[in-house]
Amino acid sequence: MKHEGVTVMAGADFRVVSKRLPKVDGRSIVLGEARYTKDFAGEDALFAKIVRSPHAHARLKKIDRTEALAVPGVELVLTHEDVPRIPFTTAGQNYPEPSPYDTFMLDSKVRFVGDRVAVVVARDRLTAERAARLVRVEYEILPAVYDPEAAMREGAPVIHDEPDATGIHEASRNIAASIYAEVGDVDAELGKADFVFEHTYFSQYEQQVPMEPHVTYAYLDESGRLVIITATQVPFHVRRIVARVNDVPISRVRVIKPRIGGAFGVKQEVILEDLCGHIALRTGKPVLMELSREEEFYGTRPRHPMKLTCRTGVMKDGTITANEMRVIANTGSYGSHGLTVPSNTGSKSLPLYRARAMRYVAEAVYTNLPVAGAFRGYGAPQGYFAMECHMDEVAREMGMDPLEFKRRNLVRAGDVDPIAVKLGEGKEGFEREIRTCGIEECIRLAGGAVGGKEPPGAGSGAGPFTRTRRGVGFALCMHGTGIPGDDMAGATVKVNEDGSFNLLIGATDLGTGSDTILGQMAAEVLGVSLDDVVVYSSDTDFTPFDVGAYASSTTYVSGTAVVRAAEKVREKLRLVAADLAGVAAESLVFEGGKFRTPDGRSLDIRDVALKSFYGESKQQISETASFLNLDCPPPFGACFAEVEVDLDTGMVRVTDIASAVDVGRAINPDLVEGQIVGSVAMGIGYALTEEMLFSAEGRMLNASLLDYKIASSLDLPDIKAFIVETVEPSGPFGVKSVGEVGMDPIAPAIANAVFNATGVRLRELPMTPERVLAALREAGL
Amino acid sequence: MRIRITVNGRDLDVEASAGETLVEVLRRLGFKSVKDGCYTGTCGGCTVLLDGRPVASCIMLAAQADGSSITTLEGLARDGRLHPVQEAFLEVNAPQCGFCSPGMILTAVALLRRNPDPTREEIREALAGNTCRCSGYVKIVEAVSLAAEKMRGRAGDEA
Repeated sequence: MKHEGVTVMAGADFRVVSKRLPKVDGRSIVLGEARYTKDFAGEDALFAKIVRSPHAHARLKKIDRTEALAVPGVELVLTHEDVPRIPFTTAGQNYPEPSPYDTFMLDSKVRFVGDRVAVVVARDRLTAERAARLVRVEYEILPAVYDPEAAMREGAPVIHDEPDATGIHEASRNIAASIYAEVGDVDAELGKADFVFEHTYFSQYEQQVPMEPHVTYAYLDESGRLVIITATQVPFHVRRIVARVNDVPISRVRVIKPRIGGAFGVKQEVILEDLCGHIALRTGKPVLMELSREEEFYGTRPRHPMKLTCRTGVMKDGTITANEMRVIANTGSYGSHGLTVPSNTGSKSLPLYRARAMRYVAEAVYTNLPVAGAFRGYGAPQGYFAMECHMDEVAREMGMDPLEFKRRNLVRAGDVDPIAVKLGEGKEGFEREIRTCGIEECIRLAGGAVGGKEPPGAGSGAGPFTRTRRGVGFALCMHGTGIPGDDMAGATVKVNEDGSFNLLIGATDLGTGSDTILGQMAAEVLGVSLDDVVVYSSDTDFTPFDVGAYASSTTYVSGTAVVRAAEKVREKLRLVAADLAGVAAESLVFEGGKFRTPDGRSLDIRDVALKSFYGESKQQISETASFLNLDCPPPFGACFAEVEVDLDTGMVRVTDIASAVDVGRAINPDLVEGQIVGSVAMGIGYALTEEMLFSAEGRMLNASLLDYKIASSLDLPDIKAFIVETVEPSGPFGVKSVGEVGMDPIAPAIANAVFNATGVRLRELPMTPERVLAALREAGL
Repeated sequence: MRIRITVNGRDLDVEASAGETLVEVLRRLGFKSVKDGCYTGTCGGCTVLLDGRPVASCIMLAAQADGSSITTLEGLARDGRLHPVQEAFLEVNAPQCGFCSPGMILTAVALLRRNPDPTREEIREALAGNTCRCSGYVKIVEAVSLAAEKMRGRAGDEA
């Protein structure tokens, strides 16, 4: 079965779900009426500017704020002496967070170039920036360390020597977190294998670059409660963390997420809210904090750089016996997401291939570089870069076709993910049965759409002065859907007199379209059109709790809560309808927005809604439901890429690329394609151009959009996206997820294509012309 | 200093300080669709039409716009009717987070005035100064193509 652009492996007829409907917020966006955080700040808002450290590692000996305070318009200058010292993590995760509590609102020590030293609050941005330069700080400069392996060695500077931090694995060796998980006996199975292959890969610091930099606006309402309007993925976690570090009750804090201009993980983090809330509470005045584009690069939470080593035992016939991954992750100067990102690197990539034994070993290490954090894929893109290049290498070294080799070992529906139980989010996990798997269909669609036109290694014939080679590569992946045992979402559906409904959700739309697809789900259950569902989300005073938008959870987890709440409302309306019709509620059939009686009468849900307010038994029908996710059904994906490699410059150009994802069910195919294509674009950047570069003293060298290259419309081909629907039985309407999975296979597909084109293997990201040219020269090309 | 600008057809007499950029003045006047994502002219979020040409209003002093006519996204729809580019963006679900959409739409409008029948390559070239991190540009290029088709169809109807 097929509907336009979507391959469906099991069908169902829907009225609202599975339709390409315009986003509920689309009209306000195209009219220029959509309001983002900063648009709410009035002219009277103070501006708070962070004074940042010029040193990678230092103690603050003396801070002189006299000159700064003398600037007209400056309200106050705060340092660590002025704010509560409460250790916390900026990671927006469930309480108690699995990340170490190693961060303070302001501290007496700085740990990377760009770390918070003080904050200047003034009447406007210009004044605050001017005064920030006049805060005189005397530093005691400490030795710094930038390489994770050096940081673990004896005698390395200890980055977290403060006595009040908690949850650090081994502070004296700069190890923020350590992970070991094994199923079966890896050493024994490696011993039994005919061949053992080992390769090591390196990945880089990559920044999310949301078009809207971090911004927070805080003020006190008329009753003195703190209101924070902020660009966040996690409004409820922000409320809890801000309350805790400011020592005020949660009831005194309201967090609102308006429209936000992209996030990709970097807004699953308290970057500004702790301090901005503090200043509002302290001054009683409205305060705006906004990062400059430069600060957005080093002052937020980029992707963890990793060194990854894969070791695999294989029998002569190509069967894998044991698979092992060892990782050293650079968590930067604080341990935000330090345990959970590396956990995910293994738990997402190892189960893709069957093996009798598997082992995952990782260490997250502090260095005096910017703090790493959550970034689309959450460690999995690093894992897949290593795993999918390694498997390509193993196949070729065995003289096998990589696709045939991978297929022989791929996980299938009916398998139980062996490592899920051992490797949860920083703790034991949950059993995961693979019920649906559309990977073969993904391979067929993406593979059929790319390449095959020319033999690998052929020149493109671009011109007499260029020597180029073309090649095709591919990579496969699986991901997850939410965090089992952690993710909980609530939804409320409230009936209005005209048969419209308010849908109140804690879920957080980052531009992904979750407001729209959750509205579509509610409309489907209630038999009305999407226009009849008024969606309001992410306001801690008015919407139920939701962990927030991360871990590819919203469609599945928040979606289940929405469906449950809508079903409860529909059943309440059924009782009203039964009363009106004078029949038993069970005898009513609900279809197409109408309750039908056994004798053929029909009651429109709109009339029933009206009667619920003004009939005999007047009531407000409003139901809340929540859903705790205990599962993690994997979406699957395949990416095929064709590249052209310039042998004289080392430049790699992606000439054709297709990505197919088994999403379970596409609630709105337009928005699903948006996620798949967007992931490919971001993945191409990860593969080829995006890298935060640092000086020998730890200063970021390319903190601008001119020097840190993300793709423009001219840099990308027409990316092809394919949706495969397998209809996951545990998901609402059969959904799994799509937000992150598309990011996983892109870099390895491109690296494998470069190998296919040139015979040269790149094991370090990004594959910049410099790196590629050096590798080509080394190979004599 | 005082500058005179026409914004979305309204003549305005505005006080601006010497160092103030055009984006700051426009936002201060309430034209919040104009986004400031970088202040170096690289992201394109601040794009407005200045006498019909797309410009990055974050690297232009307000004083330089004295005497000009400016269109922001707020001024594109006429009597509640969407411009074909706006319609097309909505229909194909081109916006994701929407932060780049104002600049993207205005750049597309300028392109289609100059070239009513652009190829996909010409569309990509025109949009190269407007960065989008969400979409991978596919639906945006599709939307501009669709808008061009709509506008040609309507021009044909009028003739």
